Amino acid sequence: MKVREMMERFGLTAATGGKGLDREVKGGYCGDLLSEVMASAPQGCVWLTVQGHQNIVAVAVLREMAAVILTGNRRPDEETLRKADQEGIPILIWPQSAYDLAGRLYESGVGKPAAG
Amino acid sequence: MAADSPGGLRKFKADLHIHTCLSPCGDWEMSPRDVVRRSREAGLDLIAVCDHNSCENAGAAMREGRRAGVAVLPGMEVCSREEVHILALFDLLEQALAMQAFVYAGLAGENQPELFGFQVVANEENEVLGENPRLLIGATAYSLEEIVHRTHALGGLSISCHVDRPANGIINQLGFIPPDLKLDGVEVSYRIPLGQARERCPLIGALPCITSSDAHFLKDIGRAATVLEMAAPSLCEIGRALRAEMGRGVVV
Repeated sequence: MKVREMMERFGLTAATGGKGLDREVKGGYCGDLLSEVMASAPQGCVWLTVQGHQNIVAVAVLREMAAVILTGNRRPDEETLRKADQEGIPILIWPQSAYDLAGRLYESGVGKPAAG
Repeated sequence: MAADSPGGLRKFKADLHIHTCLSPCGDWEMSPRDVVRRSREAGLDLIAVCDHNSCENAGAAMREGRRAGVAVLPGMEVCSREEVHILALFDLLEQALAMQAFVYAGLAGENQPELFGFQVVANEENEVLGENPRLLIGATAYSLEEIVHRTHALGGLSISCHVDRPANGIINQLGFIPPDLKLDGVEVSYRIPLGQARERCPLIGALPCITSSDAHFLKDIGRAATVLEMAAPSLCEIGRALRAEMGRGVVV
């Protein structure tokens, strides 16, 4: 699934200008401690977090993420948006909790091991 | 204080991060008066009183400092919305109070003493003046950048707290120190000797580095301190020492 399809399917809105929406979503990750996310998030994931600091862009680039999703209706800092547009990392907004969205994503097959 | 060196510089033993009983996690015995007296016994020349998101005990500590012969600066340990702790240090109480007004405007919630601890405001005679009702343990609505900017606009210094620590240290919260954040320095906790800070915590990079006790109990005052070579125990001189200007410096 591409970022664009995921947005449509789950009702996510983009805070960034529209770059990177064709990135492939290969999995998901939740976390608010950037040191931990930086060490553990899988490549190609969407990252669900409440942190809107500009450092999230560097973490997303480093882990080659598909997109960052700010949960709980949080807004990214202005500088974060500027850097995200520069790097082509989509930052999306989700009004409810990370738990809620993570459940829906997983249920739809994002990051779910193939049955067998 | 050590003997004068050429150029009128002296070595000051400084602990720039000490709490009082105003911090919910600060011990009841940490009255402004007794914090200063214990600091003198510990051989400190210069301290900064930095409670969580408040400086309501700084004035009393400054007055006791003048009586006891310890230089006391007013400060605060501000919690950013990224839940990073950062010191805002000032020369004058008025500057610190202006910072406090900014912090209070961005700090929601009421303290629940039975959960988080009592927040006692006291004078230099060890008399209780009241309790602070705000949720001082909470995070402000401000980004780190906004806090640093406001601290500097008020003439203060910004030092990122206990960067080696998982709880509320900048490296743990944000993965690395944002390169364009205009910090005046970073603090490592008492657990790391200052001389090993850069080796043990390589992400500090070239930033000026100090250590402090972060004392919440009287017995912990002085468990770490930074020796600053400078002309006077003032904020301006601390800034010069951190930047290693005009022969000033942090003695490691």
